[in-house]
Amino acid sequence: MGGMIELDGVSKRFTKKLDLAEKIVNLLGGSAKERVVHAVDKVNLSIAEGEVVGLVGESGCGKSTLGRVVAGIHPASEGTVRFKDHDITSLSNAEAKEWALQVQMIFQDPMSSLNPRLRVRDIIGEAPVFHGLAKSSEIDDYVDEMMLRVGLDPSYKRRYPHQFSGGQRQRIGIARALAVKPSFLVCDEAIAALDVSIQAQVINLFMRLREELGLTYLFISHDLGVVEHLSERVVIMYLGRIVEVAPTGALFEKPNHPYTVALLGEVPRIDRRGQTYMPIKGEIPSPLNPPSGCHFHPRCPHAMDRCRAEAPVLREIAPGRYSACHLNDQS
Amino acid sequence: MTTNVPTLQVEELQTYFYTKAGVAKAVDGVNFTVDKGQIMGLVGESGSGKSVTGFSIIGLVDPPGKVAGGRILFKGEDITNAEEERMRSLRGSRIAMIFQDPMMTLNPVLRIDTQMIEAVQAHEKVDRQTAFERSRDALGQVGIPSPEERLKAYPHQFSGGMRQRVAIAISLLHKPDLIIADEPTTALDVTIQGQILYEVQKLCRERGMSLIWITHDLAVVAGLADKICVMYAGKVVEAGTIGQVIDLPLHPYTHGLIGSVPSHNKRGQPLEQIPGMAPSLLSMPEGCAFHPRCPRADTQCLVEPGPTVPADPDHRVRCCHPHLEGAA
Repeated sequence: MGGMIELDGVSKRFTKKLDLAEKIVNLLGGSAKERVVHAVDKVNLSIAEGEVVGLVGESGCGKSTLGRVVAGIHPASEGTVRFKDHDITSLSNAEAKEWALQVQMIFQDPMSSLNPRLRVRDIIGEAPVFHGLAKSSEIDDYVDEMMLRVGLDPSYKRRYPHQFSGGQRQRIGIARALAVKPSFLVCDEAIAALDVSIQAQVINLFMRLREELGLTYLFISHDLGVVEHLSERVVIMYLGRIVEVAPTGALFEKPNHPYTVALLGEVPRIDRRGQTYMPIKGEIPSPLNPPSGCHFHPRCPHAMDRCRAEAPVLREIAPGRYSACHLNDQS
Repeated sequence: MTTNVPTLQVEELQTYFYTKAGVAKAVDGVNFTVDKGQIMGLVGESGSGKSVTGFSIIGLVDPPGKVAGGRILFKGEDITNAEEERMRSLRGSRIAMIFQDPMMTLNPVLRIDTQMIEAVQAHEKVDRQTAFERSRDALGQVGIPSPEERLKAYPHQFSGGMRQRVAIAISLLHKPDLIIADEPTTALDVTIQGQILYEVQKLCRERGMSLIWITHDLAVVAGLADKICVMYAGKVVEAGTIGQVIDLPLHPYTHGLIGSVPSHNKRGQPLEQIPGMAPSLLSMPEGCAFHPRCPRADTQCLVEPGPTVPADPDHRVRCCHPHLEGAA
């Protein structure tokens, strides 16, 4: 497909190592085992240059972990991540640095992702100087330019993060990411902590930046309204696996996977009145002990015997649309 | 009891915080009425005074805050600055509150049954067995599977959504007339939020309970509530039924808020945005608090706008230049 970023069979496992007590128990003939969380389970995904992909799922479904694997914060346990046709695990040091700069991440809580003891000027200016993108003598102009770009007044650059409001702090986080001239941004719940009117400002900023700088986004969110608004393609995750991928319009019009159907039914909408909420039963199971077969079967209204035994694969059901459900095999 | 008395009437409520830096008028002249069985949405951004309004009603404003003026009538009885003893008998029994973070409601070192039985016995002289049965039934009602077993668990053994259900079950123990819910689903996933909205809606319809749902999410309120109050900087700027406020908003702030919500018909287009941010309560702008951010502001707005009554008697708006052309 030749996407900008391609994930091929990427898995990420977190292992809880045995502690001392458990090791002693094992020496005495006990059977304490290491516990493994399959946060991301064999994910294939390709993101083309200039595309905005929304990644949606409930808490604990592995969407943030996947974002971090893409951004290079977590190495994948299995599978390959390819960036512009280079396998990132086999890059030389110089190439690896280039890749790390090209892919930047924006976090949910700007307060915990900005160093409280640095002035804004240093937060934004540190990385470009270190990486030789700007000379330290010209850094003031460079920081001004970045701040203007995200809609901050450059006269505030000697302030500390706590002197800004939530929306402004998020803009600082964005300016910091943009300062190393990335081409790909991973936004992990970047607007979830903001007020509605401020959310709209930041969404508009993301869209403007994309036009001005030709950025590619992976936009992680649990808010379907925001994802529908921003993205061209939506990826739905459930318990570490991708269950559906589709162009935004098609997905919201006619979701295929039962989980997507249920998820869309839950979204409160401003144009829906006196809605009777019909909830999906149950909760997302623990990734320590996922259900057999299709992970969604305990909550699925259409579950059959086959769903309990065999995990469905993500198949193309229409051009550009993928879904992982056994129901598609029947018709 | 007469049936015509509204469950709650709030008249010109003022809650001020007397801080060293000055008096912060967190709630400044709020009026609304909630009838029996009605669901009211109280919407606003952080710092708009929506939570403080809730706390004032239930009498939980801590110093330096104080209800400085106005009246709160609960089923016709004036409970503004009522005796602590009277408030305690109402709180939890006739008026209940659900908080955003259920861990704030639940004691982490006590089992759920201890906490629920205590709550039952605090207001009624019943034996332990009856109290236990009531607790079990309440848990069942909010959709917790095998309530008898779950009563023996500690709060940390529940997931976030389940904990919030326990908190709701506790608030329901005495079949209150009024529940104040302060952003109870904000921290939860969409699917869990859907489940909780479903339970709450069902309970209000079945029991004729009144509910005040405090939130910043217009979309939740649009699907759930009967009427809505929009607050900005301590004042109700617009109030009316869902149909009136959401379909034909009059106040420029409500207009902006609705425009900021991403929805179907505007996909890919820039959202309407309200410039700037909410003012600090300590340095309020002169006149209408919204005028520095308002696209329709002029010199008239520098003088305080009184509540006007446009088009419909139930639809109130506090603005000199409401969007009347939209209503016509």
